[in-house]
Amino acid sequence: MAPALYGTALRSRLLLGTAQYPSPAVLAEAVRASGAAAVTVSLRRETAQGGARGAFWELLQGLDVALLPNTAGCHTVKEAVTTARLARELFGTDWIKLEVIGHHDTLQPEVFALVEAARILSDEGFRVFPYTTDDLVVAERLLEAGCKVLMPWCAPIGSARGPMNSDALRALRAHFPETPLIVDAGLGRPSHAAAVMELGFDAVLLNTAVAKAGDPVAMACAFARAVEAGCAAHAAGLLEPRDMAVPSTPTIGRAVFS
Amino acid sequence: MRVLVRGAGVAGLAVAHELAVGGAEVTLVEREPAPGGGASWYAGGMLAPFCERESAEPAVLVLGRNAARWWQAALPGLVRFEGTLVVAPPRDSGELARFAARTEGARRLDAAAVAALEPDLAGRFRSGLFFGQEAHLDPRRALLRLHARLVTLGVRCHFGRTAPPPGQRFERTVDCTGMAAGRPGLRGVRGEMLYLETGEIALSRPVRLIHPRFPVYVVPRGAGRFMVGATMIESAAEGPVSARSMMELLNAAYALHPAFGEARVVEASSGVRPAYADNLPRIEAEGDRLFVNGFHRHGFLLAPALAARAARLVLSHDAEPENSDETDRQRQGARVGSDDARSAAGRAEVPRQLLRDSGQ
Repeated sequence: MAPALYGTALRSRLLLGTAQYPSPAVLAEAVRASGAAAVTVSLRRETAQGGARGAFWELLQGLDVALLPNTAGCHTVKEAVTTARLARELFGTDWIKLEVIGHHDTLQPEVFALVEAARILSDEGFRVFPYTTDDLVVAERLLEAGCKVLMPWCAPIGSARGPMNSDALRALRAHFPETPLIVDAGLGRPSHAAAVMELGFDAVLLNTAVAKAGDPVAMACAFARAVEAGCAAHAAGLLEPRDMAVPSTPTIGRAVFS
Repeated sequence: MRVLVRGAGVAGLAVAHELAVGGAEVTLVEREPAPGGGASWYAGGMLAPFCERESAEPAVLVLGRNAARWWQAALPGLVRFEGTLVVAPPRDSGELARFAARTEGARRLDAAAVAALEPDLAGRFRSGLFFGQEAHLDPRRALLRLHARLVTLGVRCHFGRTAPPPGQRFERTVDCTGMAAGRPGLRGVRGEMLYLETGEIALSRPVRLIHPRFPVYVVPRGAGRFMVGATMIESAAEGPVSARSMMELLNAAYALHPAFGEARVVEASSGVRPAYADNLPRIEAEGDRLFVNGFHRHGFLLAPALAARAARLVLSHDAEPENSDETDRQRQGARVGSDDARSAAGRAEVPRQLLRDSGQ
């Protein structure tokens, strides 16, 4: 059973970004084939040109998945809030993936501005999905600001490095057992997605690893399976590592000739 | 046969050329006052089907392979057969490996080989890729010269109008008006580009700088001029280049060579590329009209093949728009990196694939 985000049940635990695909047709096929539950949309550049709601948006809306507009490329509270308001108007949704970038090179979130923007938007009735670091205290502040979902990175956006600090992700899960947690950014391989799902995360959001794959459609499906496998493994109860070998077959009572 | 061609961008001019050479009596009308009033004027003019395969469908390579030869035959002396150089900053050398894995036909270069090809880039890049079979041309000269050639072939060209002079009748019409055609499924992909001018650096061929965020190309146009392009924005909005896009383009040019920092920005323009969802061009038949559209970023590369196909359809009265089921299946199988896809693309009669019967 996939998690409910702000009261909306997702049909799967895979969320996809929509940038960098070879063509919109490949993007559409990747979303369909993988059963992705939602797609993010960056509208900042396009709407800045006055060309909102063109054929590309129509194609996205034809995908029949939840649309999660984002504030990608925003560096200040004001920019992010303005973009969020614009997104609500354009897409008719209160959902907003809130990004406030603080560092040009690593695209690390500016967490102080993020918390402030999250508070403003939550007060205006937005359902905020904050793109944040794996910092526990920032996570607490975001929840206080009104967020009911957290989206920590596991590595910088597009870096394909996979979980760089599993302990921090584990701590988030332990401290916020009831909050939907989605790993956003940094996943490069299906095994990375499986690893964070094994930690008990509720879903993953990725873009580059699929869009820039040799075969984006096949890669999206591979991620979907890895997410399912990791999720099932977490539910099934994983064995903790041990320091000594433990035979899986009892040795006592074995016939001496064997 | 009397044929009306609408649109004097690269597609319309190429179609008119193929029709005229094939013996048709061709009239061309163009809304703008001169040839290339739309996206074609802002094209890069790279005849680079191998590089384009990095993100394009196999059909782009199949259809674009002979483009340079077509342009050379139609407009002798215009095409520069110098190949394409692909480089990446040292920090992004992983991107170069990725690019090589997605393409074929490249030779790997070390620092000395990069310097041998482009002496002004010596010491700046430790590795690169060279696509020796590729070529480039100056799109603006190509459009003007192609128009001049049409005139010598007897094509009657009317600019500044969307309809032919009254009283004329045509057996067929080929519509190559891009976004203005308003075809179902057609979308605009905005592209922004700059012209820089500097005497401090010389290049012999298009250079692509791979960058995970802002991939750009710099194409030498001669006389110290360089075209730097191009953004890809999902929008049909026209209008001036945005500050952010210009900053990205300039940043990338500067990363290629700091001498571009001192260059003069002599032009900043934008165009809207017509594209279908799969970013491949199509020929669609509707009654006695053919629509040749959706060239995306491949106008100069794919117009020759599509124009030849369109002319064959017109001249043979071959109205056959075919069932596209097979096409769709092949397209779905035809993804980058899959062996099946490669062989499927090899087998497929690609120009036929691109036919769509919009009436069905």
